[in-house]
Amino acid sequence: MRIDIRKTYKLYIGGAFPRSESGRTYEIKDAKSNFIANPAQASRKDLRDAVTAARGALGGWNGATAFNRSQILYRIAEMMEARSEEFVEEIALLEGVSKVAAKKQVEQAIDAWVWYSGWCDKISTVAGSTNPISGPFYNFTVPESVGVVGIFPAHKSALLGLVQAIAPVIAGGNTAVVVASQKFPLCAVTLSEVMATSDLPGGVVNILTGITSELAPWMGSHMDVDAIDATGLSKELEKEVRVTGADNLKRIHKFSTSDTPQRILAFMEYKTVWHPIGI
Amino acid sequence: MLTKIFSFTRAMHSNPFSWQTFFRYNFDVQLVDGTDASIRRFLKELPGVDQVGAEARAAMLATRSIKTASKKWAIDCAISMIDLTTLEGSDTDGKVRALCTKAVHPDPTDPSVPSVGAICVYNDKVATARKHLDSIGGQAIPVAAVSTAFPSGRASLEVKKQDTLDALNNGATEIDMVIDRGAFLSGDLVKVFTEIVYIKELCGDRAHLKVILETGELVTLDNVRKASHLAMAAGADFIKTSTGKISPAATAPVVLVMLEAVRDWYAMTGIRIGVKPAGGIRTTKDAIKQLVLVRETAGEEWLTPKLFRIGASALLNDLLMQRMKLRNGNYAGPNYVTLD
Amino acid sequence: MTFEYSPAPESTAIVDISAQYGLFINGKFVAAKGSKTFNTINPATEKVLAKIAYAHASDVDKAVISARNAYSKVWSKMAPQERGKYLFRIARIMQERAREFAVLETIDNGKPIRETRDIDVPLAAAHFFYHAGWADKLKYAGAGDNPRPHGVVGQIIPWNFPLLMLAWKVAPALATGNTVVLKPAETTPLTALLFAEVCQQAGLPAGVVNIVTGDGATGSALVNHPDVDKIAFTGSTGVGKGIARAIAGTGKSATLELGGKGANIVFDDSPIDQTVEGIVNGIFFNQGHVCCAGSRLLVQENVHDELIEKLKRRISQIRVGDPLDKNTDLGAINSAAQLARIKEISSSGDSEGAHRWSPECNLPEKGFWYPPTIFTGVTQANRIAQEEIFGPVLSVLTFRTPQEAIDKANNTPYGLSAGIWTEKGSRILWAAKQLKAGVIWANTFNKFDPASPFGGYKESGWGREGGRHGLSAYLKGGEK
Repeated sequence: MRIDIRKTYKLYIGGAFPRSESGRTYEIKDAKSNFIANPAQASRKDLRDAVTAARGALGGWNGATAFNRSQILYRIAEMMEARSEEFVEEIALLEGVSKVAAKKQVEQAIDAWVWYSGWCDKISTVAGSTNPISGPFYNFTVPESVGVVGIFPAHKSALLGLVQAIAPVIAGGNTAVVVASQKFPLCAVTLSEVMATSDLPGGVVNILTGITSELAPWMGSHMDVDAIDATGLSKELEKEVRVTGADNLKRIHKFSTSDTPQRILAFMEYKTVWHPIGI
Repeated sequence: MLTKIFSFTRAMHSNPFSWQTFFRYNFDVQLVDGTDASIRRFLKELPGVDQVGAEARAAMLATRSIKTASKKWAIDCAISMIDLTTLEGSDTDGKVRALCTKAVHPDPTDPSVPSVGAICVYNDKVATARKHLDSIGGQAIPVAAVSTAFPSGRASLEVKKQDTLDALNNGATEIDMVIDRGAFLSGDLVKVFTEIVYIKELCGDRAHLKVILETGELVTLDNVRKASHLAMAAGADFIKTSTGKISPAATAPVVLVMLEAVRDWYAMTGIRIGVKPAGGIRTTKDAIKQLVLVRETAGEEWLTPKLFRIGASALLNDLLMQRMKLRNGNYAGPNYVTLD
Repeated sequence: MTFEYSPAPESTAIVDISAQYGLFINGKFVAAKGSKTFNTINPATEKVLAKIAYAHASDVDKAVISARNAYSKVWSKMAPQERGKYLFRIARIMQERAREFAVLETIDNGKPIRETRDIDVPLAAAHFFYHAGWADKLKYAGAGDNPRPHGVVGQIIPWNFPLLMLAWKVAPALATGNTVVLKPAETTPLTALLFAEVCQQAGLPAGVVNIVTGDGATGSALVNHPDVDKIAFTGSTGVGKGIARAIAGTGKSATLELGGKGANIVFDDSPIDQTVEGIVNGIFFNQGHVCCAGSRLLVQENVHDELIEKLKRRISQIRVGDPLDKNTDLGAINSAAQLARIKEISSSGDSEGAHRWSPECNLPEKGFWYPPTIFTGVTQANRIAQEEIFGPVLSVLTFRTPQEAIDKANNTPYGLSAGIWTEKGSRILWAAKQLKAGVIWANTFNKFDPASPFGGYKESGWGREGGRHGLSAYLKGGEK
């Protein structure tokens, strides 16, 4: 019998796959308490590095054409489709659901990428406006990316929650620092491997695995994080993040619905531009 | 650098000169030497005018509330700045004499009313005007003649020169020439420039030259600024908005831009050029708005008939009626001011 | 004699200020619980205008109960079109009483009558008219198919545009079906109290608009009231952060319009005379008490001297003095405290080596005044380039390349407004895209309109006010 090759589950920062600078890992078990893996346990310094990488990637990503971003999101769907078996395995193993259910979740996640891919070059049209000014001025409003977004994805159906959080954030031109579900981190790491092979520039999405309660306060207080998707945080952690997040007035949102343009727009800022109309 | 160049050009105009000397002087400094390239380069360096911003500034200044003592001062100031004008095909000697009489004593019942700034007529009425003014104590009032195939400016250079000479020989001491708007709009800036230079040369020391831009045909404020500078570079003593035959004429934004032009010209050269809005200024309120524009744009120094004139006819009676109101507290009626 | 403008004071006969004002709760003026009052003064003369009731927490509670009752019993049940009609009525009454509002605002705030008459009051009325028409069209507002109001909204507004900020807050809140408890600024309550009278004249159902006067503690009681569903605040970034912390974990949503340090960028090909006007309007409009003021002038170095010369000449024309004089351009500083703050930060400009310049101007002896002031030779490291002065003080910096201009403009925690001056269209769009600010004025500055969303990036706040985007902030299921 052949001994299979196990995967080392690492962090995804700036397009690279480092271990935690702290050298820490934590143990993941399946529904039946069997050992599965020792993913990295990210430290606050890893989070800091991830924010730096996200900030560095921001200009290129939101400066790219919407069509280009759209194609890259679609490419992620293509790459996921190719590796869907692996996701199905991980979900079935970790979440203790049937393969059929796991497959359905993977398909939904892939379709979510496709859905958000299409939004990249339509969100401005739908959410922007030209505004009739009472005077000789041309005035328009466009949504723009808010910047670096910290993401705490929903825990339930870990892959789907993850994709439904990341896709709208990067569709809007933001870059992301994701703290993966503490309990179900494997899909997040596999997703990072998909992203690394999807023409997504390094640093646009950074994925940390580790202890949510350890990392959340650092995300909340980091002055170079512009916004947070707090969907996956407990009430207590959410409140803490909101309090520390007030230091730089982070935009902090928690979502109960998915696949709505509101999830993109929550991480966009409206910019209004005026210009006189004259000869 | 710029200052030096402009003073060169100006020095040229204040002396009798020939084309040869003109080119020679200016060839050295390589700016406005009369060539197309130099004129284009010069005008291109001018900052643009944002129409909406200029209109907003003019509108804001129009909200200035001029009351009591300042209003009284402004009314007399405006009267002294009027170029009392008649430019009709139906003008006769009788009409011109009547106008001259009014120019000297705008209100026969009140000798404290100042005389107007000038009389403005076609060149064939200059002699009549001059003679009549001199005979009734109006020696100090200049006679201005519109010239260079006013109002269209569509004639040969020779005709324009002769037009001007006639006026000068009949005693005009101010020449209100029109620029060739067609040439300006078609890009023949050399033609516009050289025509002004020629007419200025004819005026010499005998007459002040007012250059009419006819801003209603230039349309954009960018053109107004360019034409203003072009006229000043070519030797204008005054820049004037309009002939009065085209609407719109002396709108507040146009006057604002022209006042900015003379202000900037002064900053560059140390020479103050006058401004004359003409056309559409009919009420005391309009006139006072013009004075506010002058005060807050070019500055107080321009509040003299030497540097600011208002081309008008009906305006005078409105100013007189307002003056009566300030004097005796009652609103006046048109039968208490004279018809011309 | 020269052309000096004679005094042209606007008559104050049109306003009738009571000696004392109560709180406006449930459609009536009522006494506050305690006997505590505070004075509102005319900052141009330091004369006391009226005694104002001080609302304690229990008064705020009454106001919230009144708003809740009005919400659940009347306002939320009313057909949207009928709701809109009340707003139209309010707009019309404000237009009818515009002169009264303008004079009262000038007296209470210190800003010139020219501005209250031509800007504050007409814009405030326009805001009501604009939002009135939204009331029955909310499903087209971009907030989903089933837009719903939050309920009771607590609104706290500043002293710099008392009536206009009231309109920015109250009009969209009412149009979307919310009811309101509004706290005007301590130093400028009078036009809000006159607005209460407008609500009465309009027959607005009792409790839809409630007005509680007081200070920071009153505002805090409103923010922390458990039955308030949403907070809308305009004011300092410091207080805004406090509100964000206070509502953390409560489920309340908030719109915050906070401070700014707007960069006004002048390229060497700008339309220079309009640029000068825009700079003046950008920093001296409303005595510089403007969160979106263009308080940092970034000038391309090759036109710096020429621009500054023209700017100084123009600033010398600014008429400082009696706010009621129709020819006054720059009125009184709103309060002694604000004047002290302007003086304090400005003096840091002197000590940090920037060059101060003000035109000669005779400031009145009574009242709070500060001359129009510019500092040249300022660098990003100076306090006057970083902190919001909220007064008629301009800091002038230079740049060499377009990218440097953008980098310096964005180098601030704020992100409310920015200006771009150039005749080159493609550069305008390039700069507008780069600038991290919610409102960008290209070849103009400090323009406002009910249809135009207003609000900031970064620490300048949350959400927008005005336009469709501002409206959705008052709707659940909204975009923000």
